[in-house]
Amino acid sequence: MTRYLSTGRPILEEMRMQGIVKRFPGVLANDHVDFDVRAGEVHALLGENGAGKSTLMRQLYGMYKPDEGQILVDGKEMHFNSPQDAINAGIGMIHQHFMLVPSLTVVENIALGLKSSRGLVLDLDRVEKRVLELSEQYGLKVDPRAYVWQLAVGEQQRIEIIKALYRGASLLVLDEPTAVLTPQEVDDLFVTFKRMASEGHALIFISHKLNEVLAISNRITVLRDGKNAGTRPNENVTKVELAQMMVGRPVILQYNRPPVEAGPVRLRIQDLHVRGDRGKDAVDGVSLEICGGEILGLAGVSGNGQRELAEALAGMRPVRQGHIILNDKEVTNGSPLQHIDVGQSYIPEERMKEGAIRDFSVADNMILADHGKKPYSRRSFLDFNAIHEKVGKIVSDFNVKTPSLDTPVKNLSGGNIQKLILGRELSRCPSVLIASQPTRGVDIGASEYIHQRLLEQRLCGTATLLISEDLDEIRALSDRIAVMYEGRIIGIVDSKDATPDQLGLMMAGVETA
Amino acid sequence: MAELFTLPVLVGILYSGIRLATPYLFAAVGETFAQRSGVLNLGVEGIMLMGAFSGFYVGMKTGSPLLGLLAAAVVGILMGLLMSFISVTMQAEQGISGIGLHLFGLGLSSLLFKTTMGGVESIEGFKAVRIPLLADIPYVGESLFNHNVLVYAAFLLVPLSAWVLNKTTLGLKIRAVGQNPQAADTLGVNVARVRYFCVCLGGMLAGIAGASLSIALINLFQENMTNGMGFIAVALVYFGGWRPFGVMGGALLFSFVNAFQLWIQVKGINIPSDFAIMMPYVLTILALAFATKRAQGPAALSKPYERGEN
Ligand SMILES: Nc1ncnc2c1ncn2[C@@H]1O[C@H](COP(=O)(O)OP(=O)(O)OP(=O)(O)O)[C@@H](O)[C@H]1O
Ligand SMILES: [Mg+2]
Repeated sequence: MTRYLSTGRPILEEMRMQGIVKRFPGVLANDHVDFDVRAGEVHALLGENGAGKSTLMRQLYGMYKPDEGQILVDGKEMHFNSPQDAINAGIGMIHQHFMLVPSLTVVENIALGLKSSRGLVLDLDRVEKRVLELSEQYGLKVDPRAYVWQLAVGEQQRIEIIKALYRGASLLVLDEPTAVLTPQEVDDLFVTFKRMASEGHALIFISHKLNEVLAISNRITVLRDGKNAGTRPNENVTKVELAQMMVGRPVILQYNRPPVEAGPVRLRIQDLHVRGDRGKDAVDGVSLEICGGEILGLAGVSGNGQRELAEALAGMRPVRQGHIILNDKEVTNGSPLQHIDVGQSYIPEERMKEGAIRDFSVADNMILADHGKKPYSRRSFLDFNAIHEKVGKIVSDFNVKTPSLDTPVKNLSGGNIQKLILGRELSRCPSVLIASQPTRGVDIGASEYIHQRLLEQRLCGTATLLISEDLDEIRALSDRIAVMYEGRIIGIVDSKDATPDQLGLMMAGVETA
Repeated sequence: MAELFTLPVLVGILYSGIRLATPYLFAAVGETFAQRSGVLNLGVEGIMLMGAFSGFYVGMKTGSPLLGLLAAAVVGILMGLLMSFISVTMQAEQGISGIGLHLFGLGLSSLLFKTTMGGVESIEGFKAVRIPLLADIPYVGESLFNHNVLVYAAFLLVPLSAWVLNKTTLGLKIRAVGQNPQAADTLGVNVARVRYFCVCLGGMLAGIAGASLSIALINLFQENMTNGMGFIAVALVYFGGWRPFGVMGGALLFSFVNAFQLWIQVKGINIPSDFAIMMPYVLTILALAFATKRAQGPAALSKPYERGEN
């Protein structure tokens, strides 16, 4: 007997992938993978960057065709030629990178590609009504008339989910939906996921955060190098075991931070005012000092001016008032190159957009900032041997999975693009480092490596501003923690004394110190 | 100078400005569709020439301007298909393939002209249709409502296109495909099909634009008779901020300045004629320099789409 969801769609009882093989030039992305999910469960999919998680799911969603293997839905073999076929079979997917059109409104994004009840003419008013119903029913707050470019990432994520529900998705693939969300938003999202599962949806949840995976899933499958490294029920595994299954070796989840003699002040920010995209001051009078050998963690809910502050510090956003002094040199409103020349490195938050040139090769992306310097260039000519040697080392140090150094960056997995940019910036031995969300979307093996590199640089005297929404990360690495709220620093605490509760309150705008 | 600002002259400028805007409107509105879907078609000029030739030739042989128009539309669609195949299916660099398409149209229309006709001939073409009552409005009536059907059609095309782009499911797909083809793809929108459609529609309208010259406005065919109009049409799309009404504003501005400079020459005013002829082009460059800051074009303009990139 067919069961139905509250959206009126039949429940998809079971989806089974068998012996899936997918090859890309030079890469075996999926190697005879078996994977299944049932109605009413959350099945987590774990694996390092490039393990083949997104590739497996894109085959389920009809974006790629498997080279071998079968996809069975309720026992019937399916051949998906396009996402439309998958949608028709009741499958929805939230992609690792948002699939929204920024210049369109929320309802327009949701109505895109749907048949209209008025034939050729759009029926946005009806779509809007239904969106509000779904939003109410699943606790996904959205403003249907807003333009997507105006919205924060949390709301964009909710639109993605409504988009899939609107199309009657019964099985939902969630490819790293929490990577860009704040802890509070993640909690809210999990409430929604639980509601959906109890109603009979089947959910596939991809994340690099083991806490989240253990909190939400019924079963957990780990992919390693394209193979299924094991499927376990949630009750029978620990974080340490999962980490080991993913990486293939024990992983450190705790760091020690030896005391360092503080050096001279390397980055001095004085009463900084920076305009945001909407014309108001997003950074509203920030003053900070960071010494050599110090990591200053900047915590805060996203959208409180952290991004604008980071961009201003990198020379990519004009400063309206105030000063930025790097190594005793005033660089306020200087070009990014001037910042680089004084010894600054910058790891942008939007690494996909600002950090890499998609069509350039791995090697070319690695030398973007330093292509004019030794050893990459000799008398204005690029030295390709030296480039390949240096870049090869960074790629192997940071465990970037790429078929070759000449592969265009756009063919790498999401997390590997991140590792590549981090490798580039950290290998430049900066005296000041601005790191925005350095481990967002990066697997635990690489996070561990990045954290250790940040701590190493601290030992050799780098002044680091670590901007992150991950409180665990901030507390593990920082010497002092500053909390940003509505464009201001609401307080600075010593990380030894900071409790998560106190930081949480400060992030909500309560001055405690 | 004062003799330019007499009533008959102003009425005349209005009349010829409206007429001159016709080919620009067809071509630029068509190009708007192509660009909104993410394809930059620089071959408009070549398609116009082919449209002008085929419209004229068929019109002359059959004695029916309507059949000529049909031929121009079909030839325009075929040229659009060629452009779509090169730029959408083969994913070639769009700027270059557009220039190739232009040269192809320029060469082929000249060749066909030489082999089939050889010398300049003229035909009857579409006749003016006077709209009763409206044309009786004092001063402006005759200038606005006594034109051939293609002129009316060009102006009706503008609100129609705005409606299609903004109010229909097809228009939504077009806008999405030009901004973020990947997002559209994941919702089951066939990106290639939308782009083929828009480029072919643009081709058809460019073909009609050419025919509007050869069988409705000038009623003859000459080699390279469009003389850069197709490229101006592409510029008008930018000027108009990729919106049909904006494009119309640009087309009108351009053709009024053009009509104005023609009257300067007719009246024998003491300005070197080369200067007069330059006026509309200089204006276009200036307007573009100021206009492009304002509007944001389709984000995926001139980028081929391939499924499955990060
Ligand atoms: N379109 C493509 N062309 C070539 N290679 C690809 C393509 N897409 C993915 N790959 C390769 O396939 C492998 C698996 O990538 P995939 O995106 O599935 O990884 P992932 O597990 O989702 O990683 P992440 O956690 O970083 O998102 C990677 O080595 C990647 O470089
Ligand atoms: Mg992925």
